[in-house]
Amino acid sequence: MKERYKLLLIIVVFIASYYIPWDHVTMRKSGLEAFMMLQEYAREHVLTCLIPAFFIAGAISVFVSQAAVLKYFGSQAKKVLSYSVASISGTILAVCSCTVLPLFAGIYTRGAGIGPATAFLYSGPAINVLAITMTARILGWQLGLARAIGAILFAVITGLLMAFIFRKDEKDQGELYIPEGEEKGRTLTQDALYMLTMVLILIFAAFARPEEGTVGLWSRIFAVKWYITVSLLAVLALMLKWWFTKDERVMWVESTWDFMKKIVPLLAAGVLVAGFFLGRPGHSALIPEQYIQQLVGGNSLWANLFASVAGALMYFATLTEIPILQGLLGSGMGKGPALALLLAGPALSLPNMLVIGSVMGFKKTATFCGIIVVMSTIAGLIYGTFAG
Amino acid sequence: MEIKVLGPGCVRCRTMEKNVIDACAQLDVAADILHITDVKEFAKMGVMLTPAVIVDGKIISSGKVPTVDELKKTFSKMD
Repeated sequence: MKERYKLLLIIVVFIASYYIPWDHVTMRKSGLEAFMMLQEYAREHVLTCLIPAFFIAGAISVFVSQAAVLKYFGSQAKKVLSYSVASISGTILAVCSCTVLPLFAGIYTRGAGIGPATAFLYSGPAINVLAITMTARILGWQLGLARAIGAILFAVITGLLMAFIFRKDEKDQGELYIPEGEEKGRTLTQDALYMLTMVLILIFAAFARPEEGTVGLWSRIFAVKWYITVSLLAVLALMLKWWFTKDERVMWVESTWDFMKKIVPLLAAGVLVAGFFLGRPGHSALIPEQYIQQLVGGNSLWANLFASVAGALMYFATLTEIPILQGLLGSGMGKGPALALLLAGPALSLPNMLVIGSVMGFKKTATFCGIIVVMSTIAGLIYGTFAG
Repeated sequence: MEIKVLGPGCVRCRTMEKNVIDACAQLDVAADILHITDVKEFAKMGVMLTPAVIVDGKIISSGKVPTVDELKKTFSKMD
């Protein structure tokens, strides 16, 4: 940050502290809402959902061989494979936006070309494990599922459209360096079982209490969920002891810690801001609910379009889109516009567009953003019609 | 020796630069160390996974942060 921006920031904070009527009823209520929302997250989501998800993300970034995926992005790779790998590999490769852009630039200029590159660019931030689990947990599994499916479909469609529109595009000559896969002491089945155990731990630990009075499978699972979770943890401990070396375990914990350090402060800040401006569902805060209902309530074309354009321009730090959406939904945002925002939001932002623009030029960037905004709007309309 | 550290400015990339400097200092070799942050340059050099280290035009590591000791081993082999 430049010195004069720091000065500017301090002045803004000073003026805000000086003039805002903090003891006004609405301000007090908003301040309270901010911390009530933070507490709700701390009590409901951190231990059972966020922390297991961090461990899974850490495991993926350490144990899944990135080199194995990269070969599908080379210029010689089969197109069908390139697209399918690009649309789902975000789960493995793109846990942080600082790895997405170099990969994108590599695939675009020297690898499989603009189609797979843009597919990857879109799917990367949209379908990582953390984002999908948190969406499903906090905003409901329907929206989580719609987000996952939407993101994968969009990635492929966007890629194909870009490849078609710019089919006369010239490519750079030259080879891409693909690092050698390292020798591992485990089979693929062992890796898969290990991941599966962690995902199951996440599912059971986060298993929601069924509604009072319901009988049957769900309530029975709920009654024994902690026994299942603990036995799964024991299985996981044995796997770690038998299949992994000490170095690997240390690396796993280190990269998990890395994710936590990076994401938790941003998420906490996001929750506070969302709580302050929007309040928890059922409670109003600074922004009156009728404004939100007017802008993004219901499921009109305008509401969906507004949500996807706003999402495309705004920058969301990892996962902060979730508390913000929770606040918006609680204040009367429609389900369709919510999905539109989720699909356009994390993949695009103004700063991000500038960087993409420097790699592939203004025309292609504008086309890319346009495709995503239009598709998000349509997906929002469709989802809103079904989900009500 | 010319050493290029490639990374868009994330924490891992800065650790990498520090490790490279430490390794050179401990081996007592003279080297020009450049930190390249322009994403377009990465692609031109053929690097997809950052952080990466390029020594005299040869990619010696990509997508991970080697320790100071690992770097020392590689550097002393190249001299």
